[in-house]
Amino acid sequence: MGRYFRTLRRFWGMALASEVEYRFNLLIELVAVVANLASSLFVLSLFFGDGHRLGGWSWPAALVVLGVHQLLDGLTITLLQPNLTRIVSHVQEGTLDFVLLKPIDSQFWLSCRTISPWGLPPMLAGLAVIGWAAQRAGAPADPTTLVIAGLMLLCSAVILYSLWFLIAASSIWFVKIWNATEVLRTLLTAGRYPISAYPPGLRLLLTVVLPIAFLTSVPAEAILGRATASWLVASGALALMCLLISRWFWRFALRSYTSASS
Amino acid sequence: MRRGLRIARVLLSTQYALMLEYRAEIALWSLSGVVPLLMLGLWSQSEAGQALGLGATGLSRYFLAAFVVRQFTVVWVIHAFEEDALQGRLSPLLLQPLQPLWRYVAAHLAEQLTRLPFLAAIVAVVMLVHPQAAWWPSPGALLLTALFTWLGFAVNFLLQTSITMLCFWSERASALDRLLFFPYLALSGLLAPLEAFPPGVRSLALATPFAYQVAIPARLLAGEPVAIGPALAVLGAWLALLLPLCLILWRAGVRRYGAMGA
Repeated sequence: MGRYFRTLRRFWGMALASEVEYRFNLLIELVAVVANLASSLFVLSLFFGDGHRLGGWSWPAALVVLGVHQLLDGLTITLLQPNLTRIVSHVQEGTLDFVLLKPIDSQFWLSCRTISPWGLPPMLAGLAVIGWAAQRAGAPADPTTLVIAGLMLLCSAVILYSLWFLIAASSIWFVKIWNATEVLRTLLTAGRYPISAYPPGLRLLLTVVLPIAFLTSVPAEAILGRATASWLVASGALALMCLLISRWFWRFALRSYTSASS
Repeated sequence: MRRGLRIARVLLSTQYALMLEYRAEIALWSLSGVVPLLMLGLWSQSEAGQALGLGATGLSRYFLAAFVVRQFTVVWVIHAFEEDALQGRLSPLLLQPLQPLWRYVAAHLAEQLTRLPFLAAIVAVVMLVHPQAAWWPSPGALLLTALFTWLGFAVNFLLQTSITMLCFWSERASALDRLLFFPYLALSGLLAPLEAFPPGVRSLALATPFAYQVAIPARLLAGEPVAIGPALAVLGAWLALLLPLCLILWRAGVRRYGAMGA
């Protein structure tokens, strides 16, 4: 375990050092965060003119959902996108062989090899939105709520990671798959809005088939102190299941990996 | 003139053959355009959507039209060009007696052609689920939609090409292009019909190129009223601004271009 932490520190230190080389990017990324937040706030606000509600959610409560989405977006930029989109090129160029030969778990290596600092601004923005909106919505700020909310956010992060990993790992068969991650990103934008705002058919699809409800709406309910025990258990179980599936899927995928030249 | 036609035919047919090779990828791209259909679910359910006065069929038609139109105004020249410039593949293209940008225009048109079958399939599915949304636009409306979609595509292409030209100066020009994406999301009408905008924002959107990517052609296709004269004037003004800008940037950029390793 200690070995994994030590490796992680080395990996990330190196990644940060090389990213800081592109200082001009910092400016662009900061502008992008503000622009992104402004455009999503604007679109969300269109649903709340004249005291309207969206799927039974008030404006501040819906903002919590948006904040959670922003937080997960930051996580995607920091960790998921830089690492998992690289599996494709490892498969294409045959460098996956080198990864498999390393004396470290290959899923860990592929998932945590690098880190991008550009996800931090969206994460901070997401936290700020959540904090402000939760207070406005009158969410209880007692330790129990905070712990439950933290756990639910962790579950949603695990589910998001597993979804990304499943798609990225399927590049072992389909080689050119990075567009599929783009489709996933697009579909995940559905998580900017509370799940109850969708018509029943879509709601079922976004809960059961693609668990977007568990990514943003369920953690938002927990933050607002409205979570019910059954949703909490379902979310935890789903996160565990997704993680195990991603693990199993990777082993399964490796069995059909034949390296570039063979 | 004859030479021009022959070049156009050859370029289009070779690019079409190339794009057919990537049909699985292009199917995924078409699928990643389903956001308007998700938004249709949200707007048709929400109180704000009912207050718009478009009716259920009006909303479905608008968003379905937005989905179709958007497939033909998407531009990705910056990603293709950036890769070509960074890897030095631009050099042989510069030697040919043809402005290399035409090659990218042909690639876009060929890709749109490849999208057609997938597009038809998705529209057919939506029609099956939502038979009351089906409509048959009049020939006049179809012609106007085609004209405005094409003009919107041209403006979008020139806008992105102007930014693409910065590839000659910077290695990360595509990061700048991301900044255009957020005003596009807010103002294009992809996520909300123009009726939902506050009047000030609506006039702003109509003065930018963004509303002409989705909202205006979609309204024409859905049979909603559009002020044709002012729309043509705005599009003409943007074309008159962007075309010379592109050419100036191209000339200055090519002079700076050192190719890889030169």
